[in-house]
Amino acid sequence: MNSEELLAKLSECVEFGKVNKNAPFPPAMKGMDGADELTAQALEMGVDPVDILNNALIGAMDKVGEKFSQKKIFVPQMLISAKAMNAAMEHLKPYFQSGQVKRKGKFIIGTVAGDLHDIGKNLVAMIVEGAGWEVIDLGVDVNAAKFMQAIDTNPEAVVGLSALLTTTMASMKNIVAEIKGKYPEVKLIVGGAPVTEAFKTEIGADGYSDDPQGAVSYLNALVA
Amino acid sequence: MKSLAKEISKGRVFVSDGAWGTFLQQKGLKPGECPEEWNCSHPESVFEIAKSYIDAGADMILTNSFGGNEFKLLPYGLHNKVVELNRAAAEISRRAAGSENYVLGSIGPTGKMILLGDVTYEELYEAFKKQALALEQGGVDALLVETMSDLEEAKAAVTACRDNTKCEVICTMTFEKSGENEFNSMMGVTPTDMVNTMITAGADIIGANCGNGMENMIGITREMRKANANIPILIHANAGAPVYRDGETVFLETPDVTASFIKPLIEAGANIIGGCCGTTPEHIARIVKVVNELK
Repeated sequence: MNSEELLAKLSECVEFGKVNKNAPFPPAMKGMDGADELTAQALEMGVDPVDILNNALIGAMDKVGEKFSQKKIFVPQMLISAKAMNAAMEHLKPYFQSGQVKRKGKFIIGTVAGDLHDIGKNLVAMIVEGAGWEVIDLGVDVNAAKFMQAIDTNPEAVVGLSALLTTTMASMKNIVAEIKGKYPEVKLIVGGAPVTEAFKTEIGADGYSDDPQGAVSYLNALVA
Repeated sequence: MKSLAKEISKGRVFVSDGAWGTFLQQKGLKPGECPEEWNCSHPESVFEIAKSYIDAGADMILTNSFGGNEFKLLPYGLHNKVVELNRAAAEISRRAAGSENYVLGSIGPTGKMILLGDVTYEELYEAFKKQALALEQGGVDALLVETMSDLEEAKAAVTACRDNTKCEVICTMTFEKSGENEFNSMMGVTPTDMVNTMITAGADIIGANCGNGMENMIGITREMRKANANIPILIHANAGAPVYRDGETVFLETPDVTASFIKPLIEAGANIIGGCCGTTPEHIARIVKVVNELK
């Protein structure tokens, strides 16, 4: 396999969620090398880690996000793709740390105070990371103080707030107001089952999307 | 012993209850507070909710135990209180229902995913078994595994209820509209997949809950009825999709609108009809009226 074929194969593994050789999923790729092995092989062959990220991983996750938006795939397929991407990212970590591979920017994300739901938040975190951003995940039940602490350390970051419960939308509103009060220039994006475009406008957030791919589009537009 | 499935096979249509979570909030439950803890800390408020639905004419009420599994109770530090909180939930609803009406023990999802390696099937089974046994001890007639989106988790819950209790077992999942006459759960499960898998797992009654209002439920019920001609179907619909207005979350489907969908829903094949988030005793009273008129 030449490097181009290898990257195409890696991209396919991420798109369809083939984590490593032993992974039973997807059945059609049983026994074949997965994202884990192919990334190691590509680096060994001397492929630039920047090309691995840009020409294999980001494109694959973009397709995954696109199919999810169109309801062609659902949460399980998306999660398994993210898992394959993470396996590849593990090999790229040293290059991120050394600065050889640069990310598009930083994205802080958390589920708002009073809300313990993490599935939607995790999906957005995975897709955004797969799009080439560094993700700082603050977890669930995150209050304004915790968000602001993270902003203090990463003032250039974009911040994402998630809520599943209709009752915690009020909490989202308060956190947005507090952050904007102290950091009017920080971009805030909101999402979650009960959240709408109208709600975003009402509470003074900057972006809203009803699916993870929309968050990626918003973020990428900021650095385009 | 009372049997919903048996009564349904004789042609009876039942009316179930309405919202609990949104009702508890009206009674003062704060965001971040554990609803199930109220079974021990505010039993009278919980009783009033249950009683209001019986007074509205419902044939059955649920229990305040939706998040009463050890995984959901863990962040509140209440994971060692599964037995106590679920038993109290069942006893309160039993007291409100009397012996005539039915009590359905509510069992919601854990929020953990087998696929991600968060949890194993066996761990889910054990957690649901513990909750189901406590609800049975507290006096429920049936166990309602509800708001499921993952087929494996639903299977673990239904099997745990079937294997370990004498209660009738009901399972509902939450579906969204994904196309013209197409419905899927968040995990991609269709109503047809769900009906077949849950009957095999041992469910006596299947159905759908939550969602975006009564109208979508008609299409979901049709698909379920097509997949199986005889299995009893339970529908618990939200009063429309939640809308945020003036600092409060509201559900805009009025009792009149809900009532207008009941006849087509029964024609589509539903046997037990009630509400979910945002529905009130008034919604239930209107459903009762339509069902009585159709008799």
